[in-house]
Amino acid sequence: MGIDNKIIEKHGLKIEEYKVIKKLLKRDPNLLELGVFSAMWNEHCSYKSSRIHLKKLPTKGDKVIQGPGENAGVIDIGDNDAIIFKIESHNHPSFIEPYQGAATGVGGILRDVFTMGARPIALLNSIHFGAPSHPKTKSLLNGVVSGIGGYGNCIGIPTVAGETKFNDTYNDNILVNAMAVGHAEKNKIFYSKAKGINKSVVYVGSKTGRDGIHGASMASAEFDDNSDEKRPTVQVGDPFTEKLLLEACLELMKDDSIIAIQDMGAAGLTSSSVEMASKGSLGIELILDKVPCREENMSPYEMMLSESQERMLIILEDGKEKHAKKIFQKWDLDFVIIGKTTDTKKLTLKYKDKIVGEIPIEALASKAPIYDRKWTKKKVPKSINIKKFKKIGLKEALIKILSSPNHSNKSWITNQYDQMVMCDTAQKSGSDAAIIRIHNKDKAIAVAVDSSANYCKSFPITGGKQIVCENWRNLITVGAKPIAITNCLNFGNPENKEVMGEFAECLEGIKEACKFLNFPVVSGNVSFYNGTNKKNIYPTPVIGGVGLIEKLSQPLNHNFKKDKSLLILIGKTFGHLEQSCYLKENFAVEDGKPPKINLINEKNNGEVVLKLIKENFVLSSHDISNGGLIVALSEMSIGSKFGVKINKPKKLINLTEYFFGEDQSRYILEIDENSLPDVDKILKKNNIYYENIGITQKNYFEIEGEIKIDINDLFKINNQWYNNY
Amino acid sequence: MRSSVIVFPGSNCDRDIAVALQRMQFKNKMIWHKETSLPKSDLIVIPGGFSYGDYLRSGAIAGKSLIINEVIKAAKSGCLILGICNGFQILTETGMLKGTLLRNKNLKFINRDVNIRVMNNKTRFTSKYKLNQVLNLNIAHNEGNYYTDSNHLEQLKKDNLIAFKYSDSNGNTDDKFNPNGAIENIAGIFNDKKNILGMMPHPERMVDELISNSDGINLFSSLLD
Repeated sequence: MGIDNKIIEKHGLKIEEYKVIKKLLKRDPNLLELGVFSAMWNEHCSYKSSRIHLKKLPTKGDKVIQGPGENAGVIDIGDNDAIIFKIESHNHPSFIEPYQGAATGVGGILRDVFTMGARPIALLNSIHFGAPSHPKTKSLLNGVVSGIGGYGNCIGIPTVAGETKFNDTYNDNILVNAMAVGHAEKNKIFYSKAKGINKSVVYVGSKTGRDGIHGASMASAEFDDNSDEKRPTVQVGDPFTEKLLLEACLELMKDDSIIAIQDMGAAGLTSSSVEMASKGSLGIELILDKVPCREENMSPYEMMLSESQERMLIILEDGKEKHAKKIFQKWDLDFVIIGKTTDTKKLTLKYKDKIVGEIPIEALASKAPIYDRKWTKKKVPKSINIKKFKKIGLKEALIKILSSPNHSNKSWITNQYDQMVMCDTAQKSGSDAAIIRIHNKDKAIAVAVDSSANYCKSFPITGGKQIVCENWRNLITVGAKPIAITNCLNFGNPENKEVMGEFAECLEGIKEACKFLNFPVVSGNVSFYNGTNKKNIYPTPVIGGVGLIEKLSQPLNHNFKKDKSLLILIGKTFGHLEQSCYLKENFAVEDGKPPKINLINEKNNGEVVLKLIKENFVLSSHDISNGGLIVALSEMSIGSKFGVKINKPKKLINLTEYFFGEDQSRYILEIDENSLPDVDKILKKNNIYYENIGITQKNYFEIEGEIKIDINDLFKINNQWYNNY
Repeated sequence: MRSSVIVFPGSNCDRDIAVALQRMQFKNKMIWHKETSLPKSDLIVIPGGFSYGDYLRSGAIAGKSLIINEVIKAAKSGCLILGICNGFQILTETGMLKGTLLRNKNLKFINRDVNIRVMNNKTRFTSKYKLNQVLNLNIAHNEGNYYTDSNHLEQLKKDNLIAFKYSDSNGNTDDKFNPNGAIENIAGIFNDKKNILGMMPHPERMVDELISNSDGINLFSSLLD
């Protein structure tokens, strides 16, 4: 079969790219080779549009063992303990087939983590849907939540934190990002770099089927009205097999049989074999007749491009084959030597005793195209005049926010996830960050995910900074020292220069904040082409952060602990209402600038709050984010049995601005009144601005002369949306 | 006290129960499902999880596994058997306990802390609890909706074979406090001889104050007596 423009286009390649392929091969590729190129050169695998921008991110630090470029990032948490983590998107498959799309998103990210020798200890997710009134939203929400739960619950790894947001921008392109966190011994980490020639290349796990063929290419194109027809490209997950694969891999990893290991994720057998060979500057030869297949008469093309789940490729040390095979047989998994490493620096594919494809590895990897796409700077958005909006009461506005889909209590979702399996979840979702104890140790990690798409849309540099800072704050409020992040960069079409500008500038913001806070990026994933019919989604970078609690004595959450505690507001309140949740929920307005970030204040405030927590002055703590001070205080009440009595601000400031403003770098701390002198001393010594804003009290949520609501009513207001949806 | 925890492919609470047993000073062994004999045990635990992926029906394939014949033999000779969550489902699949576990009434997986009331404390599993004591334990299941026929239900009541019922924090067993639709709020039952206990809530998740609470501890300490 000849290769014409239509075939090239069907493979998601541009005609110019095809010309490069011919040049690299010095001949025309056959269809199998074209398929392999398309799998390696698509946006999802090659990062061709993002690479030059990603390079700018800070990825090193004294706690970083492995930054981006491996299956996941690795950080050092002391005593030979390492944490391995990564976040990844599964947006396109989840829109087409929400249950399987979300489930395999979880499965894929788990493999990235256990491939490196870690036992996964926590799952997180960030999911974004269209407007609740959109006809597809309800079934997408149901499908995605049960898919995430279905996979995590079955494999037995707790789903401990996440965020769920709704906005029209995702009506036709939802976001499903899954993050996995694992624990390994520092001296037992496995990498994907092949070493040595004539080493056995082993296929383990599930059999290969025809599912997911060209999945990575699908994830690298925009949707159109016929997207439903792409359903066959969505993979089907089997968490049971993944559990077996996890246990078998960890069992084999106890000794030194493995040279390199790589999961078959996007672009399956193709990318796993090419990546291992490429990292080791070797060649790899595969005998495709040996690939375990689920269906009859599968062609080499189908085998190389299938994205069937729960498969791994392993390069074994000489003489370890029998030992390894025994382990996989114990777990009833396929174990087949399908090839060997070579010194040819080529990917050689054999089938029925013939070479059916042969491509230099570097043509697929290092010579893959890299684009410096055109991008435009975002103009500073115009300020809006807050006074032009009708004045509404504090109470009315608060109720509107607390009962909105974006701010309603999410237990309808989190109750569908097993949060406790493994018995090390010291703090479940519902607080600023989840806390997972390291098994058999005193120490724990805190984990959180965050995004702020409307801030990023309005002004990407500030938005990028803000999410990193919010994530950092969420780790601090539970008493963890922030260590590193992973990011999932969900954007529209990179061929559009405004989208590319949003990408470049969000990354600039992320970079600045990460650098200043010494909060490096150790892994991540880019998802472009999120949009339908030329309508791009809001730029939605998602940050997943990990922090360390050296000695976990009592998990700290944001629920008030007792009556008559003092409430301290750390950080200055200016009353920034542009881009606020107040305007969005009350007036459906998403205009103006995002709140400013002052990284110096951010760092100082955060470090001193952490110090106060470590010295046991803090009974509960919460960062102030969407909805401002009043929403943060409500959340602290709703989770507890106590309300508040808040004084009117002493300074001359509009009450709406004071209570709903989304100024950054702020925290609320609950402290015992006896602690005040010590706390005051520490705060003053460190030049931290703070205000005494009031006290906790029984029964009522009260703002002097303005609001008095029974906290049971507040709870009800916050807990009805999902149940009625 | 010697305990054995049966590990099926897809079990995922096996480590949790082993940790709890060791904490309570049991001499515990993990038994792989392909084994054909059991070490001498005073207690056999079938842990929670998704044995064989819950394919066919939860617990159905495990109920036909090699090791399960040994468990049945041991039970007949009076060994104590504890099935938690998927373990309870497996016990009903083998017929060691009567009745069955249906899909939750809301057709969703449910994970949350629930209150259960101790209905019988004169057994090897519950002697350290007070009668009608309310425990706060965690549930995590898709199929926890216990159902049985009216004859068996009568027998359960008559012979005091209901171990736990879902309740509120005061022990009210109103249907309002039933998370999954189980008949008469039943959360756990015994066999006739009371040497087998099947329960949906996870006592092994409640043995550590730092993580949750200590309401599960007395189940294990009862067994040590």
